[in-house]
Amino acid sequence: MLRVDEAQQPVEFTPELITRFDDIVSRYPEGKQKSALLPILHLVQAEYGWLSSAAMDKVADYLHLQDIEVYEVATFYSMYFLRPQGKYVLEVCRTGPCCLVGAEKIMDHIEQKLGVKEGDVTPDGLFSWRGVECLAACGYAPVLQIGPEYTFYENLTNESVDKLIEDLKAKGN
Amino acid sequence: MARKLLLEHINVPGINTFDVYRSKGGYASVEKALKTMSPDDVVEEVKKSGLRGRGGAGFPTGMKWSFLAKPEGVARYLVCNADESEPGTFKDRYLMTYIPHLLIEGMIVASFALGAKTSYIYVRGEMMPQIRILEKAIAEAKNAGFLGKNILGSGYDLELYVQPGGGAYICGEETALLESLEGKRGNPRIKPPFPAIAGLYGCPTVVNNVESIAAVVPIINEGGDEYAKVGIGRSTGTKLISAGGNIKKPGVYEIDLGLPVEEFLYSDEYCGGIANGKRLKAVVAGGSSVPILPANLFFKTAKNEPRLMSYESLAEGGFVTGTMMGSGGFIAFDEDQCIVRNTWNFTRFYHHESCGQCSPCREGTGWMEKVLHRLENGHGTLSDMDLLVDVSKKIEGNTICPLGDAAAWPVASAIRHFRDEFEWHVTNASEAVVRNYGLAHYADPLDIKETA
Repeated sequence: MLRVDEAQQPVEFTPELITRFDDIVSRYPEGKQKSALLPILHLVQAEYGWLSSAAMDKVADYLHLQDIEVYEVATFYSMYFLRPQGKYVLEVCRTGPCCLVGAEKIMDHIEQKLGVKEGDVTPDGLFSWRGVECLAACGYAPVLQIGPEYTFYENLTNESVDKLIEDLKAKGN
Repeated sequence: MARKLLLEHINVPGINTFDVYRSKGGYASVEKALKTMSPDDVVEEVKKSGLRGRGGAGFPTGMKWSFLAKPEGVARYLVCNADESEPGTFKDRYLMTYIPHLLIEGMIVASFALGAKTSYIYVRGEMMPQIRILEKAIAEAKNAGFLGKNILGSGYDLELYVQPGGGAYICGEETALLESLEGKRGNPRIKPPFPAIAGLYGCPTVVNNVESIAAVVPIINEGGDEYAKVGIGRSTGTKLISAGGNIKKPGVYEIDLGLPVEEFLYSDEYCGGIANGKRLKAVVAGGSSVPILPANLFFKTAKNEPRLMSYESLAEGGFVTGTMMGSGGFIAFDEDQCIVRNTWNFTRFYHHESCGQCSPCREGTGWMEKVLHRLENGHGTLSDMDLLVDVSKKIEGNTICPLGDAAAWPVASAIRHFRDEFEWHVTNASEAVVRNYGLAHYADPLDIKETA
């Protein structure tokens, strides 16, 4: 859900980001720049970690869209975060084939290890986690992904999850 | 071992790069098509091949191409559906990761056949690594003169772009995909008009699955007739099967259509049998949307004939005793798996992924999820099974797109074949929450009429 009470920092896109937006817009016919909306929202989320309404309004300005056209897209697709997340968001596949080989136990383990419930951020701001629907990697199950690069971690065990979390902690901010 | 048409060179080191791919005969189909064939010739070869859409519906690809409207002065588009999201399916991810140029090559030939000057590959957003792989492959192909202006001096121009999705299963439905590509919510469109008449930006458009487009490469290289010799009956060619669940060797396998299911499941060349010394309980043969089959009906049809991995054989017996090839997402369940829990899990998936346009799907998937959740957790009643069947029947066929059907079929089939396991969850509720029903008699040769 759209949370208007989250801290809304003013947003100014860097010239580098605008150049990347321009490149995306050039892929579509004249006047069809709205097609760039999903890819641009991915770039904005990669830059800020989530999509604040201030950032979405800026995207609407850039693409000459109504603000609502951006909100309705951002709220429809599951990859867009509408409130701040941990620096690393562990997204664990929770659909059938992954559950056949232990995805639910992996999620329980992550919850215990990080000490926060699904969707919440750890006090140090480093981690949040959630279950997501099928990631099309059923042969390597259980799996999790971490944005914004969407790096994949396959054939998870409690031990490999522990190591992953420790490695990310060491990398820190 | 059967010949591989798509994955023959998958293990060649560096096959993901243009140079190695080219040295293995890559892009020969582009040269052949652009230099020696007309666009209609290409369409004709694909028709002759009998290739059927590999995304799930199984509609003949050549016929789909021939429906494309060609009004003067209007752009036409080819859009590749790489929104692979059907639970159990991961073949397109595999193909794009390891042999991306096969898809690019197929896109060029298919775009030429359709007269598209701009084509898009719509990749699900979670596959960012694959998006980068494809973008690199496109840049390499462009550098070598296989994309851009006047390709190979033929006068044909083509630009190819990769578009990320936003994480929505519904965008695998072709009109929802087009909406998404236009920067909107992925709400499927009412058909007609079909995309062949009014698709992307209202222009004539063909949407094809990754594997269908890749299959165009061997079809053009060797001819449609040669391709049609592989396979069985109207199931021509090879098919990528994503094998997962409780098997020894999960992975993507290219099979000749017509391979006996028993060989696919138990031979070491493919799945290698059930993992951990367990026995097979059930199989979902074509991705989560297709009806689940108990082991006995999976191996043999109701006519007691061995079942084959082909569109026709898997569908033998209709939805009473058969299933579907779907997208080739093969999920095996061992005796420790709970059918009620799995059905609940799949239904939660469809509830989550319903776009919400049609009431039967939006409300029905949520309702079924709630009922299945209470059954799984020991709070169900014996009338819940009839309720679930009733709700599923009222979703099926009453929605704009097939997501409603896809949500209804797994529930209806699970109850049809595993009703006593559902009932056991009610009659032995306290036991059901701590242990599984197990294999019961599902792997035994029970009288098939009983399950009909």
